[in-house]
Amino acid sequence: MLEYILAKYNFWIYVVLMMIGLYAMMGKRNLVKKLIGMNIFQTSIILFFVSIGVKKGGATVPIIMGHGHGHGQHLIKVADYLNPLPHVLMLTAIVVSIATTGVALATLILIYKRYHTLEEDEILAIRKDPSSYKTLG
Amino acid sequence: MIDQFPALIIVAPLLGAFLTPIIGWRYRQLCRPWALMILAIPLYAAGGALLQVIRSGPFGYNLGGWAPPWGIEYRIDHLSGLMLVLIAAIGLLAAINAKPGVSMDLKGKEPHFYTLLLLQITGLMGIVITGDLFNIFVFLEISSLSGYGLIAHGEDGAPMATFNYIIIGTIGASFYLLGVGYLYMATGSLNIADLAAILPNLYHSKMILVGFAFFTTGVAIKMGLFPLHVWMPDAYTTAPGPVSTLIAPLMTKVAAYIMIRIMFTLFQPDFSISVVPVATILGWMAVVAIIVGGIKALAQTDIKRMVTYIMIAEVGYIVMGVSVMNRPGLTGAILHIVNDACMIFGLFLIIGAISYKGHGREIYHFQNLNKKMPFTMAAFVIVALSMCGIPPACGFFSKWYLIMGTIVAKQWVFSITLLCSSLVNAVLFFRIIEKAYLAPLGGGAHGHDDDHEEEVIVRDEAPASMLIPILITAAIIIILGPLSGKIIAAVIQHAVPAAF
Repeated sequence: MLEYILAKYNFWIYVVLMMIGLYAMMGKRNLVKKLIGMNIFQTSIILFFVSIGVKKGGATVPIIMGHGHGHGQHLIKVADYLNPLPHVLMLTAIVVSIATTGVALATLILIYKRYHTLEEDEILAIRKDPSSYKTLG
Repeated sequence: MIDQFPALIIVAPLLGAFLTPIIGWRYRQLCRPWALMILAIPLYAAGGALLQVIRSGPFGYNLGGWAPPWGIEYRIDHLSGLMLVLIAAIGLLAAINAKPGVSMDLKGKEPHFYTLLLLQITGLMGIVITGDLFNIFVFLEISSLSGYGLIAHGEDGAPMATFNYIIIGTIGASFYLLGVGYLYMATGSLNIADLAAILPNLYHSKMILVGFAFFTTGVAIKMGLFPLHVWMPDAYTTAPGPVSTLIAPLMTKVAAYIMIRIMFTLFQPDFSISVVPVATILGWMAVVAIIVGGIKALAQTDIKRMVTYIMIAEVGYIVMGVSVMNRPGLTGAILHIVNDACMIFGLFLIIGAISYKGHGREIYHFQNLNKKMPFTMAAFVIVALSMCGIPPACGFFSKWYLIMGTIVAKQWVFSITLLCSSLVNAVLFFRIIEKAYLAPLGGGAHGHDDDHEEEVIVRDEAPASMLIPILITAAIIIILGPLSGKIIAAVIQHAVPAAF
C-alpha cells in the first residue's frame, strides 16, 4: 500500500490538496476561507501540471548546447531534457488564478461594505430580514 | 486581408478593451461610440470568415507563424463560423442597447462597462475560434472574469451572487484544466485536430477517461446544466440590465459549443456512446434539467428570474439534442444554440427596457403594458411565440429537429419531455401576455374600480437605442425561422460529423 502511494506520490499530493480546497469551498461558512480554499484548489492543479513535466535520471533544462554550429552536432536525446511546456502553461494558469483571486477579493470588499460581515449565515439572515442588520452592525 | 480575419476577430476587441479606459479617462461619452466601432470589426471579419468557410471549407490561421501541433492555431469551420457571427452580432446589439441602461444602473462607470464588455466578447470569440485546448481555458477565464466584474455591479444580492459564481465557475474552469492535463499526459499535444488523430488508439486508457470526465463536468458547470446550475439564477437576476442582456444569452451557449467540440471533434462520437455511456447520462440529466427548469420557472413571479430558469430548461434542450447522437438531434442542438441565444437575448432586452421605464419585473406590473409600450410588447409576443414553438418563429424549427432526433433515437421519454416543456413555456408566457393585453383597464385584480382611480394611460415607449435592438432581434427571430432550412444546408449539416 505504502509503495503504491509512494510510486505516484505527486498525484496523491495533488488529490489531497484538491480535496482540502473543495472541502473549504463547500464546508466553510466564512467567505474568506472559501476563497482560500479556492486558492488551494487552483494550486493543487498547478502542482499537478508541474509534476507531469518532470523526468528522472539527470534530465536538465531544455537549453540545447552546441546547436547550429555545423560540425560537432550530436543527436538530441529527449530523455535528457525536461518538458518545459507544462510549466509554461502553468505560468498562464497562475496569472489566471491571481486575477480570479483579485476579482474575488474585490467582491468581498463589496460584500463587506454592504453587510458588514463575511459570514455567509449572517449575510443570508440579513438578506432574509433586513432589520437584523442593525443588531449585527 | 481575408487571411488576417481570424487574428482580427480577437485582436480588435482585445486592443479596443485596453484603449477604452484611456479614452474614458478624459472623454467618458466617447466610450460607447468607440466600443461600437470596435465591435463592428469582429462582426465584419466573422461574417467574412463564415462566407469564406461556406465557399471553400474550413481554414486555419497559425498565430505567430508557428505550425499547428506546436503553435496555437485558430481554426474556423462551419460551427465556429456560425458561432462567431452570432457572438459578434449579439455583442454589437447589446452595446447599442446598453446606453440607457448603463446611464441608469452604472452611472459614471461607462469606461468600466465598455472595457469589460469588449473583454467579454474577446473571451467568447476566442473560445470559439481557437483550435487549442489550453487556449480555450485561457479565453474561458477571460470571459468569466469579465463576467464576474460586470455582474458584481448589480442590485442588492449581486456581490454575494458574484462570489458564489466565482467559486463555482473557478471549480468548473479548473476541472476543464485538469482534463487538458490528463489528455496532455497521454498524448503530449494540445491541438484539437492533432489530438483527434492521436486519441482513437488510446480510448480505453484510464487517463483519457478521467480527462473526459473532468472536461464534461467542468463544461457542464459553465453551461449551468441542471444539478450544477446553482450559480446561474442569482447571478443573472441580480446583474445590471445591460449586463445580463450581454452575458446570459452567450455564456451558456458558448459552453454548449465547447461540449459539442469535445464530444464530436476532439473525440469520435462513438466514444460517448460505446466507451463510456456519457450520452445516455447527459440525456437523462437534460430531462431532469428541462422538468426542474420548467417547474421552477412556473413558481417565479419575477420575470427576470423566470427567464433564468427557462434558460436552465433551454440548456437541457441543447444537451438533449447532443445526447441522442444522431443527425437531426445534433442539427437541432446547433440550431437551438443560435435560436435560443436570439430568444433569450430578446427577452433580456425587453426586460431591460421595461425596467428602464420604471416598471417592476413582477408579473402584475405587466398590466396594460401594451398601451404604454406597444412596440416592446409586440416584440415580447413574438419572442414568446417563438419560445412556445409557434411555426413562423425560429423556436419551432429547432424544437422540430430536436424532437425528430429523439424519435429517431426511440427515446420516447425525451420526446414527451420536449413537448411538455413547450406547453409549460406557453403557460409561462401567456399568463404575462394575458396580463399585458387582456386585463381590464385600471382596476385589474380588484375587479370593480373606483372612478377616480381611472388613470389615463400614456404611451411611454422605450428610447430608440433600446427599441431598435429589440425590433431587430424580433425581426431576426421571425426571419431565422423560414431561413433555418438554408442555414442547415449551408452551415449546420457540415458541422454534424459525417458518421451520422
